[in-house]
Amino acid sequence: MADKVEAKEVKLTAKDFASDQDVRWCPGCGDYSVLAQVQRSFPDLVGIKKEDIVWVSGIGCSSRFPYYMNTYGFHGIHGRAAAIATGVKLANPKLSVWVATGDGDLLSIGGNHFIHACRKNVDLKILLFNNRIYGLTKGQYSPTSEQGKITKTTPYGSVDYPFRAISLALGSRATFIARTLDRDVKHLQAMIKRAAEHKGLAFVEIYQNCVIYNDGAFDIYTNKETKDDHTLYLQHAKPMLFGKNKEKGIKLDGTKLKVININESDNSINDVLVHDEFDESPLYATLLAFMAENSDLPTPVGVFRQVFRLTYDEGVENQIAHIKAKKGEGDLEKFLFSANTWEVN
Amino acid sequence: MEKTTLDLNSVTVRFAGDSGDGMQLTGSQFTNTTALVGNDLSTLPDFPAEIRAPAGTTYGVSGFQLHFSSEDIHTPGDSPDLLVAMNPAALKVNLHDLKPGATIIVNTNSFDAKNLRLAEYNTNPLEDGSLQGFNVVHVPLTQLTSIALENSGLSAKEIARSKNFFALGMMYWLYSRPIELTLKWVEAKFKDHPQLAAANEKALKSGYYFGENTELFTTRYQVKPAKLQKGIYRNISGNEALALGFITASVKSGLPLFLGSYPITPASDILHELSKHKNFGVITFQAEDEIAAVSAAIGAAFSGALAITTTSGPGLALKTEAIGLAVMTELPIVIIDVQRGGPSTGLPTKTEQSDLMQAMYGRNGEAPIAVIAASSPADCFEVALEASRIAIKYMLPVMFLSDGYIANGSEPWKIPEPDDIPKIEVNFRYAEEDFQPYKRNENLVRPWALPGTPGLMHRIGGLEKANITGNVSYDPENHEFMVRLRAQKVKNIENDIPPLKIIGDEDADLLVVGWGGTYGAITEALENVRRTGKKAAQVHFRYLNPFPKNTGQILKKYKRILCPELNMGQLSKILTSEFNVVIESFTKIQGLPFKTSELMERIEKILGEKNNGRK
Ligand code: SF4
Repeated sequence: MADKVEAKEVKLTAKDFASDQDVRWCPGCGDYSVLAQVQRSFPDLVGIKKEDIVWVSGIGCSSRFPYYMNTYGFHGIHGRAAAIATGVKLANPKLSVWVATGDGDLLSIGGNHFIHACRKNVDLKILLFNNRIYGLTKGQYSPTSEQGKITKTTPYGSVDYPFRAISLALGSRATFIARTLDRDVKHLQAMIKRAAEHKGLAFVEIYQNCVIYNDGAFDIYTNKETKDDHTLYLQHAKPMLFGKNKEKGIKLDGTKLKVININESDNSINDVLVHDEFDESPLYATLLAFMAENSDLPTPVGVFRQVFRLTYDEGVENQIAHIKAKKGEGDLEKFLFSANTWEVN
Repeated sequence: MEKTTLDLNSVTVRFAGDSGDGMQLTGSQFTNTTALVGNDLSTLPDFPAEIRAPAGTTYGVSGFQLHFSSEDIHTPGDSPDLLVAMNPAALKVNLHDLKPGATIIVNTNSFDAKNLRLAEYNTNPLEDGSLQGFNVVHVPLTQLTSIALENSGLSAKEIARSKNFFALGMMYWLYSRPIELTLKWVEAKFKDHPQLAAANEKALKSGYYFGENTELFTTRYQVKPAKLQKGIYRNISGNEALALGFITASVKSGLPLFLGSYPITPASDILHELSKHKNFGVITFQAEDEIAAVSAAIGAAFSGALAITTTSGPGLALKTEAIGLAVMTELPIVIIDVQRGGPSTGLPTKTEQSDLMQAMYGRNGEAPIAVIAASSPADCFEVALEASRIAIKYMLPVMFLSDGYIANGSEPWKIPEPDDIPKIEVNFRYAEEDFQPYKRNENLVRPWALPGTPGLMHRIGGLEKANITGNVSYDPENHEFMVRLRAQKVKNIENDIPPLKIIGDEDADLLVVGWGGTYGAITEALENVRRTGKKAAQVHFRYLNPFPKNTGQILKKYKRILCPELNMGQLSKILTSEFNVVIESFTKIQGLPFKTSELMERIEKILGEKNNGRK
């Protein structure tokens, strides 16, 4: 099949990835930005053909995503995107398989599939549109809603604790973990590209604003007035600095992280933790994952951790190749007539 | 000592002991040897849901029944002619099943105070006369085995564990079977443990020689080879045949086989079996749960695999929503349900046919799928091929119903020549021109266009689709159109399956209707009844949705219709509502298959009724 298209090696544009379907999210929804950034970054992906891309989703606002991409797409059922995507990938490992999902879809009804896809390191790219609310079912609290959240199902405030998606992914052994913001288009594009390049399960949590049911949930991380003090951009091998003039830094104090001002006389840039994306131990990334809920600390965005392990699909392929080499390609005649046979004349 | 050899046509034996006594192994060794001798045979393993239930208890008894014959047989036999009882509990549980005058070989060493108490015997049945009328053979199995293995270097515990091989050897002598096949098995199994190999060999041989020399047996028996059809045979269980069938379907279709599965009794053996055959490119995905298993299969079907998922009733319940997705996305998958006793966890190791309604209707919305059932262990092979063919040709989910009885039971299987098995046609869509994901051929089947194909990018999903374009559509008329179209697509399969065949007397008044694993018992019962000169006819369904085209016509021909099922009458209800006929439902819900005698009794009663017409 491949030889039919060799003539079309023209650089694609964002438009090439837009399907002919009308986009039906609420005006102002953060999903628009994610869609736009995906369509803008995909032409830059090296070595991935458009026809080899498959978008799989579950149920929820964000799960309409595949319909808007001019690639192969599979709008699944609630929570099962990761499982469906695993089947897609295993049956054809050369495909680039992406999952568009929300906090309810991935972390509530689909929680089991998420942790096992991470554990197995299936080569999937999972974009979590985390808006901390159920949008499509009209505003119930979600597993990432903060405690005390007032919604239709929690008129007196929710009493349960939210998931930290990043730490869940870490605990489940995902090999690439990042966080980004719907409103920071450059960063969002960069994270999409990094995820695409990663071989193995790439998990990207996107803080996504739901204008209807949870407007402004991530405002302090994107608003000009507040973002410098509340958002920390992780960069590999760079000291973890933030603030208007990058005057604040993160220091490791025992097993705790704290904020220091490097301009104060007791402190210097040398006291500031230097980010290491590739740390084999998940402990350091776990500390970072817990920052998001600590009001004394800024919330990190960027790549938390990237490690390299054989992917599940590679493992499956290798094993089949190995057994074929050892036993020889399956021979039906021999196979059926194996075991103890006898002849009736 | 002079011994006589007696020819028998047909024998049913049962091995019974603790779950840890190795009865399943003993039974299957005896079966394999019996198969090689050339008898027709049928087996019924029966074991508790617990892996090692407490020793000595009645609920921990594990049994293996084997019916072998010089004639064509269809069932594992109603009541054993011979029981090997390894302990009091095994005797107690199995006694009431035996034929009057049956032989019971007991391990006398296990009839001690403790085991008698565990089996809740107040007095020793070997001494209190309660076994009168049976031919009880007292064998000190444990003791004889320890004497035989005295110098084996094994521990007392290991020696005790070998007594099943002593018993097996004895049984080989008693039924004039060779011991070589089991010796070969021992050699291979204990390749790395020469001490154990030697001990098991010794136990087997000692049992055999014991039979020859002891005065306990004056007669040995012989069952001549059956006159089966010409060909090469192997003994095969339903789960094995099913696995082989799907590998064959994979080869014949040229599609890689993808199995998404979560372990569940009694279907796990299929996953075990398929996991071994990676040299056929089989991908076995042991999923995190039942839902992931079927979802992954659906994803794999999208990618172009021959995708299947195996489960049993409770797992099928969990897969329900995803099967609806496969209906909506019109992707080919095969769902295999090895039915067991339900509801809920029910009777995991026992058989039942109670998932028929679930298979036919157990989904939200109007979501018909093809349903097809195997009737015997060997039949699972062909049904696997047929299920694959239908799924691929019609782009829809196919439900394959098996059950615990045929999954674990075994029978001789005439191995087909691979070249004689027809190819399974696959038509992937490549052409860009005029491509529409939901445009249909003459059978209403949409194209199978795989990710990776340039120019055919399209989106599918669980939301209602507009015909032809496959775009999401909430249009009321389109929805009704699509619901009817999906149903018609299933219905169209009726043009592509063989008509229902009447077995027996076409001009009889009584028709016995069955489906699935009851085939053997119904067939045997009718053969017996007809041998006495009475008339009766039989049909057995493989295709349950759609039914063969001539179903209504056949049903309407008979004055009375009897439908035996291992449920509360599910097929009866379906046939009644589909074809408007009166059906007498005959049901059994004990986790056990029908006995031939139960069916005969019922059939004879109907035939004997004066007013042999409709009520
Ligand atoms: S409900 Fe919220 S998340 Fe859903 S489309 Fe509207 S704004 Fe977006």
